[in-house]
Amino acid sequence: MKKDIILAGVGGQGILTIATIIGDAAAVAGLSLKQAEVHGMSQRGGDVQSNLRLSTDEIYSDLIKEGAADLIISMEPMEALRYVSYLNGEGWVVTSSHPFKNIPNYPEDEALMNELNGLPHVAALPIDDVAKENNMPKSANVILLGMAARYIEILTPEQLRESIARVFASKGEKIVEMNQQAFDLGLNAVK
Amino acid sequence: MIERKLLLGDEAIALGAVHAGISGVYAYPGTPSTEITEYIQANAPEVRSRWCTNEKTAMEAALGMSYAGKRALVCMKHVGMNVAADAFVNSGITGVNGGLVVLAADDPSMHSSQNEQDSRFYGKFTMIPILEPSSQQEAYEMMRYAYELSEQLRLPVLMRVVTRLAHSRAGVEVKAPMFQNALNPDNERTHWVLLPGNARRQYASLVEKQPQLLASAEASPYNKTVAAEGKARLGVVACGIAYNYVMENNPQQLGVKVLKVSQYPIPEAAIKALAQECDALLVAEDGQPLVEEQVKGLLGAGYVLKGRLTGDLPRMGELTPDCVGKALGVELPQAFATAQNVMPRPPALCQGCGHRDVYDALNKVAAEYADARIFGDIGCYTLGALPPFRAIDSCVDMGASITMAKGAADAGVFPAIAVIGDSTFTHSGMTGLLDAVNDKANITVVISDNLTTAMTGGQDSAGTNKFEAICLGLGVEPEHVRVVVPLPKNMEEITRIIREEIEYKGVSVIIPRRECIQTLSRKLRQKKAQQ
Repeated sequence: MKKDIILAGVGGQGILTIATIIGDAAAVAGLSLKQAEVHGMSQRGGDVQSNLRLSTDEIYSDLIKEGAADLIISMEPMEALRYVSYLNGEGWVVTSSHPFKNIPNYPEDEALMNELNGLPHVAALPIDDVAKENNMPKSANVILLGMAARYIEILTPEQLRESIARVFASKGEKIVEMNQQAFDLGLNAVK
Repeated sequence: MIERKLLLGDEAIALGAVHAGISGVYAYPGTPSTEITEYIQANAPEVRSRWCTNEKTAMEAALGMSYAGKRALVCMKHVGMNVAADAFVNSGITGVNGGLVVLAADDPSMHSSQNEQDSRFYGKFTMIPILEPSSQQEAYEMMRYAYELSEQLRLPVLMRVVTRLAHSRAGVEVKAPMFQNALNPDNERTHWVLLPGNARRQYASLVEKQPQLLASAEASPYNKTVAAEGKARLGVVACGIAYNYVMENNPQQLGVKVLKVSQYPIPEAAIKALAQECDALLVAEDGQPLVEEQVKGLLGAGYVLKGRLTGDLPRMGELTPDCVGKALGVELPQAFATAQNVMPRPPALCQGCGHRDVYDALNKVAAEYADARIFGDIGCYTLGALPPFRAIDSCVDMGASITMAKGAADAGVFPAIAVIGDSTFTHSGMTGLLDAVNDKANITVVISDNLTTAMTGGQDSAGTNKFEAICLGLGVEPEHVRVVVPLPKNMEEITRIIREEIEYKGVSVIIPRRECIQTLSRKLRQKKAQQ
């Protein structure tokens, strides 16, 4: 079994934290993993993505082929659309529906959402609002991971939940609990 | 017990070098190589690891450590090789004493660079062994092999990686570490004093070693054939990371033979053998068509050879599993077309960044002159080229702002203004400023000092707290070294000072100084966490 996941967002939105949590869970589960990240210039508010590949067998390429991704997890709706050519026909897009507009020519909201919702398998939520309503503004990315958890399949939601405890352990029990709550919020939102 | 770690390619290289018993790492930060030195700084206190002023000082210091008998690592991005080249090429002539590995991280597709030059050319030019790992595991293991090879041949070894290996994470099995070498300086002066008489003998010895280099590559555990049975329609010479993209396309099922090449000079016998068993060869290599050109010479014009030069693979840009698949005859149907409602989202200077205030001020003053030119440099502040600032007219290489402004001023451009960051100034700007002072060039130099090497993630900057002294020492007149704090509330003062210094007919230096907001907020977070 294999899962090819594209993580997308804008520099500073926390997609590498999502990658770290999934990566930790995969390592503990004994899966093969490759995760190509973007460092450097584009982290300054530009578009960022990470190719995350999980498999029970050996993985060769650090990059995912076009048309082969099983899942796009995006912190931003236009950034989710940027990678649809990488998605396979059965693939899911799990994304925040809240646009991040730091460019003057950002597309019209309606056109953007129409194109996104035209895809067969989409789960979209305004995760920033959910995070604020629940007093966890810094955990929007973990809410998104919760939303995506059912579609990752090669790892169970429980394995990801346990990984959150390990990844945030150094920041104290409160932060771990808050992030696990955030994860559950996302998980339950897409039932 | 076998320990397994999840490591970036850069981290695997770092740990491999530490476990190979290096005593020092010497480097200047540069994407995608920075994390190697950072990992050693954070995890190996027994290894000397402070950042160097530039790649040349790094290369020379590492050669000094090798001279003294210990193992040393030098790391840089590909364009850093240009800066280190004088020392690098001559290290092939001196040879080494303790093992010396030079790690060049290339950036095909120019994700964070101004060109995509291929560092393997430097290795070939210097006539030393080159290693090119295909995976994080191999990068880790190869470090130990590289130091053994370096000490056995008494030559430096170049290890070349690309962004996709440097910045990709994978599980790596690690081995027990080795001890560092004892202090054992080389007593043979004729190796190291490159007077022409000695240099000729040393060069002859380097030439004599070439068959050994080839024999080592032919027998290398990292060069291997993945065979389909019998004759094949196509054979692939897969170099470094290109091997992964080939294997991703299941070559065995396609009846394609693969020769993985991760040690150079190219294994000529293995390539000839592969050519005999196949109707045609494809050379898959990330970067420039170095191997393709060599194989062309090896097989002659009659043999069907495919690669970047023939258009079977793109002439430029990094390889992908898609373009390699296409060259192998595999095309995956795309389920979804590229989306319509997607716009480019270029990076930008952070909100609150001092460089923003510098460009606001410069743009205001430059607008008062009919033909002001602003020569930029390499760093975060290169983003001043993009909207809303559109402030700079050039950005070429580390330090070129000052020297290009000088040359343009020599030609008659006025005002000629240079904008350079603090770390770039000490890397390669100081010598240019000395030229300008000696020539009384009519330029205004802005050293935008944010107290760090920001673009690569906030490493220490070599000149922090020393800039006024450096400029005065180089001969800039004290009344024309001006320091300002780049904040919107100081805009009037800053623009006035810029005007005054433009009007001064000579070299002036303006130093806008305010800490990078990224490093500042990181410090505040760390402080809060400690409380």
